Amino acid sequence: MIRSEIIKALIPVIKDELVVCNIGLPSQELHLMDDQPTNFYMLGTMGLSSSIGLGLALAQKAKVIAIDGDGSVLTNFGTLPTIANNVADNFILLIIDNGSYGSTGDQPTYTGKKTSLKEVAIACGCDNVIECRAEQTVEVVQSALASNKMTIIISKCESGNIPVPVITLDPVVIAHRFMTEVKKRNVG
Amino acid sequence: MSIHDKIVQGFENNNVEFITTVPCKQLAGVIDGVEKSDSIFHIPSNNENEGMGLCAGAYMGGKRSAIIMQNTAIGVTINTLATLIQYYHFPLPMLISYRGELEEPVACQVEMAVHTKALLDQMKIPTYHFHDPEDVEEFDEILRYTFMCNKPTAILTDASFWNKASRKEGAA
Repeated sequence: MIRSEIIKALIPVIKDELVVCNIGLPSQELHLMDDQPTNFYMLGTMGLSSSIGLGLALAQKAKVIAIDGDGSVLTNFGTLPTIANNVADNFILLIIDNGSYGSTGDQPTYTGKKTSLKEVAIACGCDNVIECRAEQTVEVVQSALASNKMTIIISKCESGNIPVPVITLDPVVIAHRFMTEVKKRNVG
Repeated sequence: MSIHDKIVQGFENNNVEFITTVPCKQLAGVIDGVEKSDSIFHIPSNNENEGMGLCAGAYMGGKRSAIIMQNTAIGVTINTLATLIQYYHFPLPMLISYRGELEEPVACQVEMAVHTKALLDQMKIPTYHFHDPEDVEEFDEILRYTFMCNKPTAILTDASFWNKASRKEGAA
């Protein structure tokens, strides 16, 4: 399975949840397959999906799924200790780990070599760290949503991309419609 | 009231409820005050890019956010400021320790100090420079302005500002 197949399989599970989606192809794939106002697409700023997701989860009560990649987590490693030490039980970090920088031409990352994101997350103090095969991702995300516990999921998949168009939505529109959904989920 | 308390109170009065910090000796008193505040959630960051991501998320979650950092971070965060904070129109007050100005003991700090205002100017970020203790009186209005226009703003606080305030408080 490649990343776009994982995202496609996840759609029924995440379509009504608040999703912060990583820059580049992950956002473009999600946007193409199931554009929702509950999706926050990152158009720039590699590495910050997990940080935006954690900030959002800490600030309000609805569940938040941050979809991230191995390359992006490697570029913002400082995020893992921050997540570990500021527990938000409405937060799920899903790292789709294909061992490559997919959006820039599948150059290999170190997670396809000696570095284990699972071991790094555990060493940083994160609880509920689950590494799974791509095929198990839907089931693992479903259990994480049901558990009401902050969960870090590393889904190991193959590298590879499908052709997708760039997102032409205005960033202010993306933020506005997303914030409207956040507000709706926090009434009362 | 100490100058640190005035700044923390300014955040509280403007309903800033989520603050991330990357430490600086000059800002230690403010960071302590933020940590002690009942109405502010304090989350230390490991670097300022991460901090700005946290602030963007918290803002979308309905909480006004702010970052406390050193001016060296301007060099680190140009891309995040342009492609996240400015591109999505997120307000972000940046309370900045302006190292490398008069009374600076560490020579290397001057190397970023000479670029700080030029970089902020290039980024079209409204910038305020606190040099005398009285300058703090504008803090409240700067925060109001930031959340009115949905832009990042920079409040540069130099060593003279902190040292004069501390001498004044010592004499009082």
